[in-house]
Amino acid sequence: MADSIIEINDVSKVYDNGVVGLQNVSLNVKKGEFLVIVGLSGAGKSTLLRALNRLNEITSGEIIIDGESITKAKGKKLREIRRSVAMIFQNFNLVKRSSVRRNVLSGRVGYYDSFRSTFGMWSKADKERSAEVLRRVNLLEKYYDRADALSGGQQQRVAIARALMQEPKIMLADEPTASLDPATSQVVMDDLQILNNDGITIVANLHSEALALQYATRIIGLAEGKLIFDKPVEQVTEADFDSVYGRTPKSVDTTKTSEQPTAGKTVEQAIELATEKNDEDAEVSVL
Amino acid sequence: MSEAPKRSFVARFHLKPITWFLIIVVVIYLAGQLTEANLLAFFNGHAIQQFGVIFGRMLHPEWSYFPQVIEPILETVRMALVGTLVGSILAIPVAMLQASNVDKIPVLRTVVRILSNLVRTLPDLLMAAIFVAVFGIGPFAGVLTLVIFSFGQMAKLSYEAIETVDPGPIDALETAGANKVQVISFAIVPQVLNTFISNFLYTFEVNVRASTVLGWVGAGGVGQLLDSSLRFTNYERAAVIILAILVVVIIIEVISNYLRGKLA
Repeated sequence: MADSIIEINDVSKVYDNGVVGLQNVSLNVKKGEFLVIVGLSGAGKSTLLRALNRLNEITSGEIIIDGESITKAKGKKLREIRRSVAMIFQNFNLVKRSSVRRNVLSGRVGYYDSFRSTFGMWSKADKERSAEVLRRVNLLEKYYDRADALSGGQQQRVAIARALMQEPKIMLADEPTASLDPATSQVVMDDLQILNNDGITIVANLHSEALALQYATRIIGLAEGKLIFDKPVEQVTEADFDSVYGRTPKSVDTTKTSEQPTAGKTVEQAIELATEKNDEDAEVSVL
Repeated sequence: MSEAPKRSFVARFHLKPITWFLIIVVVIYLAGQLTEANLLAFFNGHAIQQFGVIFGRMLHPEWSYFPQVIEPILETVRMALVGTLVGSILAIPVAMLQASNVDKIPVLRTVVRILSNLVRTLPDLLMAAIFVAVFGIGPFAGVLTLVIFSFGQMAKLSYEAIETVDPGPIDALETAGANKVQVISFAIVPQVLNTFISNFLYTFEVNVRASTVLGWVGAGGVGQLLDSSLRFTNYERAAVIILAILVVVIIIEVISNYLRGKLA
């Protein structure tokens, strides 16, 4: 497939303690897709996502990013491939003691050598780019603030700005809204939607079925490390969600109640457990 | 009313802790016998009289001697500062090599940890004595000793601080295609900098106190002066020196505590 930007060929992952993370997963992601991965906690969603930029190693199989094997890449080659694959995280992963500016510019380090980046010798173009990406997420006025002075939603948007500094072709999002309240979740997902409209391929793990159905162009379901379904969003049915969440069909109509990532999922306690982290970060940011 | 659960005989009468207590008392008594330690010797008439004489003379410090104490005590502080600074800088790369989240090669990590543990087991006074023998009497031997001591202490404290950083920013930097140096300077250094400075100040404090003692073996500083005053039983001068050391140590502790409070 010529237009595939990510090719996942028969990928398996077994952790050192014997836990199976992924079992023979194969799929291709086309350029410009907004792919959402759903599944229970421990189903292998994060394992799959973190395998795509090799934050986790895989046990067997191969992953091709834009025509190049990231599985076989080493050293400089690996760093160059990673540069084109940005990522945002559930816990934002900003350096809290550093300024927003330094956090955002740190997304650009792949284009610099150790010396120039460490001593902050950024090019004029990149300084302007850092202001531009922050303006895109509506946080330009926070440029010189410390990262830990920002609310959860703002921190996630700074993380998006940092990711944009990479000028990525692909954006991975590992539970980007799990630490956020519903309103802020929408803002963050809207930001991802805009990037997707600009041509960046998005691969996101989501707990919320509602958000998945609202933003995805294609949804895949994982359970126990195996691919359960893989469909364009128009064809995804309630039965598909039931299959990955191990529910008996028609138990609860979660598409109506799961707007909030931290509430409404009374059926599956496992989901609730995984999403109730960091409630204190859940502050609505009105900007 | 429900009855409380029954405990076994041993648990009810606390037989285990009592047995341990008795064992410890016996061990201490035997250790005292073997080393011929005698608590009563401390209180016998002669010893108390000696204390009285020394303390009495120290109660009349020779204040005119004070100007001659200033320079050696400044030398002590300078020795401590240079020793702490050089040792701490040398400790940075070694701390990185010991931290499992930076150094991914287990063998290298283990080797460096063993070596750095060995450095920490060297007694200061022994090192100072050896350096005095090699480089002669004077502050250089003292500074070298403090460099090695600070190095061992800072390498351990720093690697422990590095291992407790939030791993999230490291992931984020690696995602952006950062190399090892960039991960360290963007994700790790900002997270450990305050702890590092705080540990530096603490090590400096310890070194000021240690370097007063190092003079005993001829390694420079105010200790050398204290040694000679005591040797010539000049307790009036010794009192001035001890008071001066006390004041300097307290001043440095107060400043260091204040700064470390600000860093926390």
